[in-house]
Parts: sequence; structure tokens; C-alpha cells
Amino acid sequence: MKREAISSLLARRAFLRKIGRAATCAGAIAATGAAGALGVTKKVAAKSESTSRRGSFPTKDYDWTKRQWAFGVDANKCIGCLRCVEACKRENDVPGDAHHFNTWVERYVYLEGDKRARVDSHHDPVNIAASGSEREYRFANRYQDAKVEKAFFVPKLCNQCTHPPCVQVCPTGATYKAVDGVVLIDQKYCIGCQYCVQACPYGARWFNARKGVSQKCYWCYHRITKGLQPACVEACPVGARIFGDRNDPQSPISLFIRNNRVQVLRPETGNAPNVFYVGIDKEVS
Amino acid sequence: MEPGGLLELLVEIAPYTGYVYPNETVIPWTVLIVVYPYLTGLVAGAFTVSSLYHVFGMERFKPVGQFALLTALAFMIFVPMPLLLHLGNPQRAFNTMLTPHWTSAIAVFGFFAGFYVILLMLEIWFMFRPHFVRQAQRTSGLMGRLWHVAGLGSDDLSPKAMRYDEKWIFTLAVIGIPTAHGLHGYVGFVFGSLKSREWWSSDLMPVVFLFSAVISGVALLIVLYVLSCRLRKIAVDLQCLKGLAYVLWGFAMFTLVLEGLEFANVVYKGREGVEMILEYVSGPLLVPFFILQFSIGALIPIAVLSYMIWRGTTGKALIVGVTVSALLVLFQVWMMRWNVVIGGQEIAKTGKGLLSYQLVLLHREGLLIAVSVAIAPLLLLWAMVRVLPPWEKAATSLRSPLASAT
Repeated sequence: MKREAISSLLARRAFLRKIGRAATCAGAIAATGAAGALGVTKKVAAKSESTSRRGSFPTKDYDWTKRQWAFGVDANKCIGCLRCVEACKRENDVPGDAHHFNTWVERYVYLEGDKRARVDSHHDPVNIAASGSEREYRFANRYQDAKVEKAFFVPKLCNQCTHPPCVQVCPTGATYKAVDGVVLIDQKYCIGCQYCVQACPYGARWFNARKGVSQKCYWCYHRITKGLQPACVEACPVGARIFGDRNDPQSPISLFIRNNRVQVLRPETGNAPNVFYVGIDKEVS
Repeated sequence: MEPGGLLELLVEIAPYTGYVYPNETVIPWTVLIVVYPYLTGLVAGAFTVSSLYHVFGMERFKPVGQFALLTALAFMIFVPMPLLLHLGNPQRAFNTMLTPHWTSAIAVFGFFAGFYVILLMLEIWFMFRPHFVRQAQRTSGLMGRLWHVAGLGSDDLSPKAMRYDEKWIFTLAVIGIPTAHGLHGYVGFVFGSLKSREWWSSDLMPVVFLFSAVISGVALLIVLYVLSCRLRKIAVDLQCLKGLAYVLWGFAMFTLVLEGLEFANVVYKGREGVEMILEYVSGPLLVPFFILQFSIGALIPIAVLSYMIWRGTTGKALIVGVTVSALLVLFQVWMMRWNVVIGGQEIAKTGKGLLSYQLVLLHREGLLIAVSVAIAPLLLLWAMVRVLPPWEKAATSLRSPLASAT
């Protein structure tokens, strides 16, 4: 990977990578130490490296070396209608219950005098009771009698991190970072240890007990590689979700990042997420 | 997913308070992942005792020296079991060794565990080779042939051959020390290296795991040794027992300090989400953490052992006191594993909510299976002791391995 500007963080990573390599050479006795040192290197699975050399993947018409996908969320626009959640569940065959989501929407409400936000999502029992079914999603009007000072919705989804901790911890390389930036899972290779579910600080991954594998949002990879938009982006009636190729300076996402002051979730983890937010508050993480 | 019934539903969905991410309501790692570090800890601890005799030449541990090694192997064989039962696709478990992804701590496990099992088997083979040879000479027919096969056709019991064996035993025991402890330190790393959970993310985690491993293994040996003496109707070697009590006492104090330091670190740093951790430890974790793990499991045995060592207690009182302390330490370490593995997942990643793990009896990852996996090594050990008698002087090499190595 070419890195033009070497910040202190990148320098540190390069250093750790060197330690990692040195430790590998140290052999079996140093294996514990090596596990530690290697653990911090951001090497992508050997599996994806070999595949990435191929010109076209996964279809003949798609070259993943030419794309750099990114996602934007404009929380100022989100109205909490949850069409994105429903579209995603249908498109990606996500179990229709209140415990498995590729994408979800959080509601942050400050009532008069509140110092901290009251947070809920559509999986909350009150909201499920309002919709009447675990398969349909609504936000109950639970604050109608209170004085609301500030309130907003925040859509959440996999951040397809530049340094994904889920990929780092996968023992088999079943989950890997594609060249175009999307973190993918090989469902035929995943052993179902759920270490990746633990490692994701955003709660983006979930375990499919029926298939015995981990799953998560992959920005509708089956659609974007055919030139379509992810299902949630297409379903959003207000344009709160923005998607595109960062290699194209005129793509919606490039314009979104250029024209706004964007932020990412939990930057302190060093994961470097690729979902860029506008209009979120200090309590959103 | 479509839950198969009420039991499956109970395992699937954890009730919660506050705000948790929707996907967090399914707790990923269950009681089986509590059993797993518990077993590896017992292995590391038992191996520590065996190396005190075989490597460091502490003669007082002779009555448990060989037995400790058999205990380590019996438990080590069952270490992968809770992991395999937990995997969504256990038939693919070998993928971790076919295409190990080296940045993952878990990828190392298969190699490490495999290496260690082979090492243990080799060491035990060298140790019991004279037994195999004598049994082969003594018995005829199929059993005699089997004993001959067990000795791998190596039937030379001359002093020269025995010295050679002893060198191997010593070397394997030395290599075993970093391996056994590395295997368990790595388990601590599996948890401590994750930055997603404040309760786990600690540099001290591997060290805490190691020290608690040592005390759990020593405690297990104390209990099994006293029990075996009762079953064999022989007197407990008080020198040996007191030696084990010393090891337990010292390491238990060290473990307590380390765990206290780790907790103090989390509270003192007070990073984002610490309010939820404090709410958790003063609420749902109050009894399991402060009462069961720290008070009953750690402070009481330390107090009892301190008193007995101070007063120079001996005889039956020493046996009872040390055994009770050992049982409490075994309980303490179980609670520590529980509070780390389950506790870490009960604190939501949002830092704004708490979940509650639901333990059920009948399920692939339920209590019954977990208890069975934890007890199975004892049955294997019982069978192993019948084939490889660790207490018969004639069965193994008579000379101290250290004496021959130096």
C-alpha cells in the first residue's frame, strides 16, 4: 500500500509491523510475544492479497482496484422513518427480529433540563410494542407529553474501517478487506467463533446461528459492484444516506466530504472508519 | 433467525437496561468460553507444580510430581472441547491451521495447543517407559503386546539409557514451562487485546490470567492429591502438602494484588463508559465480584493459609485447612473467569447500558454441557492413573532428574 504522507501514527504502525516481522522470525518460543506484536500490524489476509491481483472481481465487469467506496450520513436530514432498515432486511435476508441488524437508527432526545441524551433504537421493547411486531419497525411517540429540547436520529451501519479490528482478529482470514475498501466475509470459510463480533466496537456484526457464521453490512456489495446504490441509500426518502466512489471527485460522497465538516465514530480506536457523519452530537458513539 | 423453542430463545436474547446496540442483545460468548480459560489455567498451574519437581528439583513435591503431569495432560486434551462446541461451524475448525491468519490471537491456538499436547505426551512417555517395559515383560498375550507397543519397542533399562531418558525429561520440562504459561498468557491476550470492551482491554490481563492459572492448578493438585491419598488409604505427605500450601499462599496474594491493581486502573483512568462500569460493579457484579471472587474466593483462603503458616499448624488440621483453602481458590478462579468473560459482555459497548446473560441448563452451550466438559478431564485422569501409576516408585525413574542433569 502506498502511503505518501507519513504521520506519526503511520510511522508507529510501520515500526510495529517491523517488530511483528522480527518476532515471526524468532520462532516457536517467541510465539506468545509474536502474537502480541503481530496482533497490532494491519496486514490484510493473505487470501485477499492474492485475489486482489486479479483484474476483475467479483464479476468480469467490475474492477475493484478502480474503486474506493465510502459512505456518508447526514443526521440533520434523517427523519427516523426506518425505511432503510426495512429495505436492508429484505435485500440482505437479515432475520426479521429485533436482535439482528445490518443497519439501524438511533434516536437521541434531550428533554428540558437533561444533561445527557436519552437514547433508544427501534429494537427497544417500547418501540416494538408500538409497531406491534418484531418484523416492523417504528419509533414510538414516547416523548409526546414531555418538553423536548433537542432530538435527532443517527443511522448506523458497518464503518468498513480502514484498519478493521474484526479482520485483525479473524483466525482464518474468512473476513477480509477488499481492495475497494469494503470488509467482506466468506461465509463458506467462517468457522463461527464470533471473535469478530467481540472486536467490533460499533456492534455492527451479528451471528447467524442458523448458518453458524458472522454477518454484517457490506454496503450491498452485490449491488454496488453492478453500478447500483446500496438498498438503504435507495430507500431513504430524504437523502440522509450518501454513497459513492472517493476516486471520483464528482461522486456524491466526494462532494459530501468536501462540502461538509465530517466526523467519524470512535476515532480514538484507530480503526479509521469510512462512514462519515454530519450533524451528530458529542454523545453519539 | 427462527428460535427453535423457549430454551433457545433464552440463550439467544439477553435482557438489558439503558441503551445497547441492537446486535448486542445476543451475547456472543457463553459459559463454554468461561470453561475454556478455566481448563487452560488448570493445565498451566498443574504443569507449574510438576516443573517445581522436575526442573527446579524441589524434592518435597515428589509425591505429586508425576501426577501433576498426568493432570496437565488430562485437562489439556479437553481444552479444545468447549471451543469446538461453541463454534458455529466446528467442522471448519481446522481452517485456523490450514490458513492461519497470523494477526489473530486465536490462529496461534491450534499450533500452540498441539505442540504442548505432544510435549506432554513425550515427557510422560519418557517418564513411564520403564513401566511399559516391565509390564511388557510381566504380562503375556494381547496385553503384553500392547505394553510392548506402548514402549515403542524401546526396552533398554540400563543406567545409561535411564540417564538419557532423564535428560529428555528435564529438557522437555524446561521447554514446557514457557509453553504451558504461554498458552495461558495467550488466553489472557485474547481478551486483553480487544479495544472494543473497556472491561477487557487491559495490558495486565495476560498477567492476571497467568497468576490465577497457577493458583487454580496448584489448588486442583492439592484437592486431587488429598483425595487420592484417601482413596489409596495412605497418609498425606505433610511436607509435600505444606509445600503446595506455600506456593498457593504466595501466588494467591500476588494474584489478589494484580487483580486489585487492574480494577484500580480501570477506575482511576476513568475513561469513557466508566460510569457504566461502576454502576455494573456496584450493582449486578457486587456479589459475584466483591463477595464471591474477592472475599470468599481470595481473602478467606489467604487468611486461613496465613494463620496456619504463622501458627505452624500440622496434622489433620493442616490437611483440612489447606484442602478447604484450595477448594475456595478453585471457586475464586472460576468466578474470576466468569466475571471477565461474561462480565465483559454484560457491559454494553455503547457505554450506556447493561445486559444480563441468561444461563440455561439444556442447550448446546448450556450449563449441563459446560459442567460435563469441566468434569470430563477428571474421569480421563482417573483412567490414566490406572494405566500409568504415578505413585509407584518402580514405575518411573528413581533418580532425581535434576541430579542427573547437573
